[in-house]
This record gives sequence, structure tokens and C-alpha cells, in this order.
Amino acid sequence: MAIDFLYPLYEVIRNPQRCICCRACERQCANEVHHYDVDFGCMMSDESKCVACHRCVSLCPTRALKIVKTDHTFKENDNWTGKAISEVYRQAGTGGVLLSSMGNPEPYPIYWDKLLINASQVTNPSIDPLREPMETRTTLGAKPQTTERGEDGSLVCSMPPQLTLNIPVMFSAMSYGSISYNAHASLARAATALGTYYNTGEGGLHQDFYQYGPNTIVQVASGRFGVHTDYLNAGAAVEIKMGQGAKPGIGGHLPGIKVGADISRTRMIPEGTDAISPAPHHDIYSIEDLRQLVYSIKEATHYKKPVIVKIAAVHNVAAIASGIARSGADIIAIDGFRGGTGAAPTRIRDNVGIPIELALAAVDQRLREEGIRDRVSIVIGGSIRNSADLVKAIALGADAVYIATSALLALGCHLCRSCQTGKCNWGIATQRPELVKRLNPDIGEKRLINLLTSWDHELKEMMGGMGINSIEALRGNRLMLRGIGLTQKELDILGVKHAGE
Amino acid sequence: MLKEGQVHIPSGCAISSIFSRSGRAVGGGQIIRSIAPMHDRSNGLGGGFAGYGIYPQYADYYAFHLFYDTMAARTACERYLEESFDIVSFEKMPTRRIPAITNEPMIWRYFLSPRKTALDESQLDEKEFIVRRVLHVNAEIEGAYVFSSGKNMGVFKAVGFPEDVGEFYRLDEYAGYCWTAHGRYPTNTPGWWGGAHPFALLDYTVVHNGEISSYDANRRFIQMFGYACTLQTDTEAITYIIDYLVRKRGLTLEETAGVIAAPFWSTIEAMPEPQRSRAAYLRNAFSSLLINGPFSILVGFEGGLMALNDRLKLRSMVVGEKDDMVYIASEECAIRIIEPELDRVWSPGGGQPVIVTLDKLKEGGNA
Amino acid sequence: MKKVYVNEKWCLGCHLCEYYCAFANSGKSSMIKALKDRHIVPRIRIEERNGISFAVSCRHCNDPLCVKSCISGALSIVDGAVFIDSGKCVGCCSCIMACPYGALSHSENGVIQKCELCQKNEFGVPLCVQGCPNKAIVYEER
Repeated sequence: MAIDFLYPLYEVIRNPQRCICCRACERQCANEVHHYDVDFGCMMSDESKCVACHRCVSLCPTRALKIVKTDHTFKENDNWTGKAISEVYRQAGTGGVLLSSMGNPEPYPIYWDKLLINASQVTNPSIDPLREPMETRTTLGAKPQTTERGEDGSLVCSMPPQLTLNIPVMFSAMSYGSISYNAHASLARAATALGTYYNTGEGGLHQDFYQYGPNTIVQVASGRFGVHTDYLNAGAAVEIKMGQGAKPGIGGHLPGIKVGADISRTRMIPEGTDAISPAPHHDIYSIEDLRQLVYSIKEATHYKKPVIVKIAAVHNVAAIASGIARSGADIIAIDGFRGGTGAAPTRIRDNVGIPIELALAAVDQRLREEGIRDRVSIVIGGSIRNSADLVKAIALGADAVYIATSALLALGCHLCRSCQTGKCNWGIATQRPELVKRLNPDIGEKRLINLLTSWDHELKEMMGGMGINSIEALRGNRLMLRGIGLTQKELDILGVKHAGE
Repeated sequence: MLKEGQVHIPSGCAISSIFSRSGRAVGGGQIIRSIAPMHDRSNGLGGGFAGYGIYPQYADYYAFHLFYDTMAARTACERYLEESFDIVSFEKMPTRRIPAITNEPMIWRYFLSPRKTALDESQLDEKEFIVRRVLHVNAEIEGAYVFSSGKNMGVFKAVGFPEDVGEFYRLDEYAGYCWTAHGRYPTNTPGWWGGAHPFALLDYTVVHNGEISSYDANRRFIQMFGYACTLQTDTEAITYIIDYLVRKRGLTLEETAGVIAAPFWSTIEAMPEPQRSRAAYLRNAFSSLLINGPFSILVGFEGGLMALNDRLKLRSMVVGEKDDMVYIASEECAIRIIEPELDRVWSPGGGQPVIVTLDKLKEGGNA
Repeated sequence: MKKVYVNEKWCLGCHLCEYYCAFANSGKSSMIKALKDRHIVPRIRIEERNGISFAVSCRHCNDPLCVKSCISGALSIVDGAVFIDSGKCVGCCSCIMACPYGALSHSENGVIQKCELCQKNEFGVPLCVQGCPNKAIVYEER
């Protein structure tokens, strides 16, 4: 056997005083880290297989397990870090593109953490959400540009198609294929119960989930998997996916091994074949082509569904968004470079795209300068981690946010970033039936509802503190934010003042 | 310290108004008497008045009131105005020197009408033509500031307590069918004459008591439509919002109230049709113009007056009626002092507009 | 009345229910004390084959054959649940023979044991249900 040069990243620490050899860890690890040694009469582990997903840790009834980072080290080198060296070893060993999952983990600035929120004192009363109404309902879609009246002078109250969200958070696109049936079921049911929307991603819509159509956004991506008239009309809105924050500029690849009977049927591709999404849409090589697709979809859905165009946050995002706003799209979704994925080339995930905070600020400002901000709504995603991020996003100018990583965390994901292996021990990013069943949608739905309900409470508390009782009065209200530890250039782009100003 | 226009300035205040439905001319002394008892609601950093029907001899001309900081500003501004207008009369604003009012800028008043050639060339309707000129002067001509620009009405404001401001401007020598008044309690301004209320654009004047928490959301939205919020005060933003909704989008004042103090969704859902669809439409279509936080405003316009509270009614406002007269003020004392015997006194609910118009105008609302 | 129900659809075959059961009826203060280096004899057991698994324990039948078959009067029905008086049990195994589900078994001390819904131990609610990570075992009214 050739030497692979690699030492395991993690160590499985098992406390022998606590271990009762129930073997739950062994039975629950799809990576086969744990096994019971009959001769020694105890549990053993092979940490080279461990991905630090914590399934064993979570299920161990006596808390006998923990996973720690190995202290095995290379000679210290700030340039050639252990990670950099190991990646060279891996590529030298395989000759392949390095693959990773979930969002960019590198230590770039997190602007959410450098923004602070305002509160009322004296001159303006704060509002107690437990005593006064506090509205977080949001409507997405283009607003009418002219006022029309009937012959009797009454207002004609017709609006372009809209999406109404009881809380300004939606579940972002994750395809059936990249995540499991039960994960989709959890998202669909939670979105319905919460009065918001989940997104099919590019993998089509499983027949069982048509019943959740009023709370579903159906996606059309470059692979056009599972796209047909009934599909387009099944959801409340249609999203054209032009790009994804985790991997701007490239397409997707669902390995044939994950394309079982159900996914084959849903995606309308042969069983066992790789599902490859091209990097661009091959009918969209320019903005005018996008306009044609937007209107094709509007024709197919009889102008009853808002059309969302989703792009990755890249350097020129403001100009691109302006083009999209003029292309007939009702909603622009922007995905930042920390957005998750089931699999992306590591170099792209970690080096392409820009932070969503800067992209959002630039797009919102640009659309206002062009006087077209009310022609489109802006939804942003790419690592909204909590309700404070949500408040800051809305104050910077977003109408609503997309969450996906947070939603998966609620379902049990531990961000081990190994989705591409298909062996998700939490039953989320896998198609293996024995793993999929580990995610009971009854539990998943409840946890998602709990998460957003708690965010909604916190959102209301923060709004009340600012003296705001309606979410639309927070949207784009950048005076409610101050920067901390930011350069003047960063403050200018974000359109906020520094704390103390 | 940053001046007005460089920083957002919140403020608390006192407001008062008098309206004669029959169109009877009420002397300006009355409104001074009304605002004076609420002395403690202002702090001497701003007071002002708007009077309607006060220039009957020039009723067909736009009356521009201007502050000039320098002679050069006046020269530049007059040159600019002459390009666009026929100026039929102009004069130094008549004032009375009193110890309480100091540091006054040059105050001038012009009666003018758009030059037909300039108007035709601009391809704008007359009001838009006026608005753009006013906004140009205020944003582009350093040291010049148009603080009143309507027909047969005028705004008078200064740094000082309102009763002193009224005396300074000799308001007792004017008479009109409608008066509004304002005493200012700004919380972080050195006080600037232009920053006092009322804030006016064309015949719309706004006096406002409150601090709106939606300010930047409203400002950043309204700026899309050419309204440069140079003063960075709530009142300026509110005035522009009303101008945009009423003049540019053609909404009635009731509909405008349904936008800026929109009912809660739960209230909307309990409404019968067609009110429900209408309320939902107004709230949804103009969601960025919902004004949040405490406010009570008086909007004066040609032939009418609207009073409106924020939807939670976080600021006091009282209405009194006697015969053809309507009085609206922050406190009842401001009404009782000029009319002790009222037919009716009441306090309008949050988000419920009170709109009064001259009897001779058939319909309420949009005059 | 509330009973323990199992759903094989969500059973992961992790066997944790067995360990929670063994602990619940051990009288010990911690699972480690109760089960460390011990062979467990739980009252709920996972049956599994061909990727299908589910937990089996007493169903507390409305008309329980075990009670009918008991020769010593050790088994009785109290408020709809079947309990065993180990003082009376003679270990004849008639109940084991009679139960169509295999829900009764020998205990470590020779007499018969069965699920008593954790009513007789300190927990009061079935610990297998609490310990199931996927709601494959529930305690509810049906």
C-alpha cells in the first residue's frame, strides 16, 4: 500500500470509565470509525475515517465520546500551514480537484459581526412586542409603478404577483438529490406551518410534495432537471438559478450513485446517470437572453407567479442586479460567498465571490440610485446565522433572507462539510435509505419551526427596541446600524456610519 | 458640530392649528396666542407658522419666501429665478426687531409665475416645474434657501420660541382661513432658521411633533424620486412623501394616510371588502413609505388641513370644534385659550386622519 | 390510556432503547453504574433483519393472553396496564409461551420480567421513549 502522507485530522477520545459498550456509536457511524473488539472486550476507533460529524457523540448515552482536533503537527510555518501541505499531498495522491461542502470556512471578514444595532432612548419610545402589535410580515414582488383608478374614481387594487411571508426568512434552494427526501419533507412542512417558503433547488419536485405547492418556490437551473409545465405551476414562485454563492461561475454534479429510482423520476433523467448542471444556462449568454427566459416562464405560468433570479455575489454584482431588475424579474436573490453547497471545488468555494453584506449594500444602493428599487425585491442568503444577522440584513436593504445552512443545522447537521461523500450520518445529505430514515420529519419540522419562531421573537424584540413596529420601516433603514472597527471605505460601501458618529 | 443637512436631526415639539370652514379670515395673532401656552414643549431652537389665504392680492402667483446668508447668495439666486420666472413683485420680508430674535439671515419674499417659454421648454407640468426649481435652489445655491413656495399662502419661521417668531414676522398684520404653528424641541441641532417648521413644498406645509424611527427607510426610498433630503429632518421627509403620494401618484389624502399610517395587517384582515383590498393595496404598494415611530402631523394645503397621528398614537393630539372653526393642537390648552367654549373636543385615534376643507370645496380630501 | 408504540419506519436499530430500559429497571443512579461491564437483559428488544428494525415490548393488550395463562396469579391488569408481581412468579414460563409477541422474558434472577411502562421505577415515564433519538418509540394515547 502506498504511503498517503496524511495523519487524521481528528482524534476520537473515548472515556473507558464511561463507555458501556452499547455499540450505538458503531451502529450509527456510516464512516465505520467505531467497532467492538471481541478480544479486548471494548470499543475501538479508526479516526482516519472520522469526519467530526458528532453523530456518535450526540447518541452516546453515557457521554463517553468526544472528538478533538489532533495535536499532531508539521513543523510550524505560517505560509505552509498543515492544511496547505496536506492538500498538496491529497492532490499528489489522487490527481483530482479538491472537493468540499458547505460554505467558505476561511477567516475572511464577517461584516455582520462588525455592525451594531440601534435602540430608542428618551426621544422616541421603544415598543414592547409583548404588549403592542409587532409586524414581521413581508410581501415580496414588484410594486405598481402607476396609480390606476376605475371610472368611479376608486383605486384599482391590482398588484403584480407577490409572495407573502409571515416572517422574512425563507428556506433556500437545496435540491432533492443533494439532500434527502426527509430533509425536503421537513422543510416543506415547516415552511407551510410558518407561512413562508422553501425552495426545491434544481432537482425538481417530488410528487409527494406537490401538496405543499403554495409554500414552495420551484427552481429552474442550468440542468433544467425536473422542469415541466406542472412543475412550474406547482409552486408559488419560480426561481431561475444563475449562480450560487459557494461556487460562482460553475455548475453542479450529482453523482449517478445518488440517482436512485425516486430521484431519477423527479429529475426526469435515467437512473444511475450523473446529473450535470452546466456552468451557464446554455440559452442565456447575455442579459437579453435572461429576459427571454423570465418572460417564457411568466408565459408558462400565466403571469401569476413572481419570478426570482438568483445570482452569486461577485465583484460586479450591483450592475448585474440592475440588469436583472430591468429584465422583468420580480425578485433578485443574491447568494454570498459563505453560502453552502453539497459539493464544490475547494479552491472555488474558498476564493471566488464576495461577502453578502457588501453585495447587498451595493445592490440596494445601486437600485435606489437608478430609481428602480421598488421594481424588485431583494432576498439575500449566504450565511445568515441568527436573528441579529437578519435584522442587519434588512436594515442594509434586504426584503427577506434565505437560510439553508442554519436550517440544516436545525435538522442536525454539524457542519462536518462532508456532504459530497453521500454518507451523512444525520440523514440530510444522503440518499442511502438506512441513513435517510435517521431524519424523522416530525422532529425536523418541529425543530425548523422552533428555530424561526425564536428568531421571530428576537427580531420583534430588536425592532421594538428601535421603536419600529413594522418590518418595512426597518428595510433599508441604515441609520439603525453603525460600523465597528471598519475602514472608511467599508463604511462607505455599507452606507453606514461608524459607532459614535 | 455638524449642522442641519449634515446629520439626521430628531426632535420633539408642539403643534397647533386653526381652520375656518367658511373661509373667514382669522388674524395671525390668534395662532400666536394658541401656541404660546405650550412654551415648555419647545426649547427656543425653532418656531414657525403657515398661513393660508394671506396673499389675496397675489392669489394667482407663487409666493417664494427665501433666506439668504450672503449678498452673493441673493444675487445668484435672483439670477437663477429670473431665468425661469416672471417676478411681479419682491420685497424684504417685513419684520419687527425684537430682542428675542437675533442672528436673522436676509429674508426676502417674491411673487412670481413661471415664464411660459421656460415652462414649455422644460416639458414639465407647472407644479413639477416649480418643485424642481425650489429643490435646485436649496441643494445647489450655497446660502440660499426657499422655505415657502405656494400660492396665496406663506411660511414664517425662525430660531426662537414660536410666540417670539410670530411677533418678529408681524403675523398680527396677516389674516387667513387657516393657520398652523410649531414650536420646536430638537435634540441635537444648534438650530438653523431653515430647519424650523413648517416645512413647505408648493402649497403643502407640514408641522410635525415626533421622531420617526423609519426615517432612513423613508428617506432612502423617497430620494429615488428626485427628492434630495438636504435638511435631514423628519418633517422634510414627511413633506416629500406627501408630495410624492398626492401630487405624483395621485392618491387622495385619506389614501395617503392609509400609506403613511397604514393599519396593522390584523386590522386590515378584519375589514369588509372593498376597504380591505384597498388598505392592503396601499400598504403593500407603498410599503417603504409607512412612517413608523411617534408622530403627530398637521398637513396644510390649499383649501384644507389634515391631522394625523402615528398608528400607535404615541404623540398627543386633540381636536376642538366650534361653529365653523376647527382647532387641532398637541394640547387642549392651546385650543381653550382662544376658544374656551367648544362644541366638541376629541382625540383622534392612531392612524385616523382628520381632514377638514373649506365648505366651498364640494369634496373632502384632495383640494 | 397511554401506551408505548413503536414505528419501524423510524427505527434506526441503534439499540439505545434496550440500554435505557436496562438502566431504568436497574435501580442504579447512573447508566454507567448500572450497565458498565454488564450483559444487559432489557424488557424491550430490537428485532432486525434485512435493513428493517423495530423495538418489541409489551403491548399491554386489552385481553392479555399472558394474564390468562399465568398459573400463580403473578400477572394482573391495573388501569389497563399489565404488571407482574415477582414475589408470586414461579418462573413457569407459561406467559412466555402464551404471548404472541415475545414480550416477556426471563430476568437475571430467574423470574419473569416484562415492560411495566416504567411505572414501578423512579422514572415514571418509559425511559426507552425518552432515549429514542428518532421518535420511533412513542408513549401516547391512541
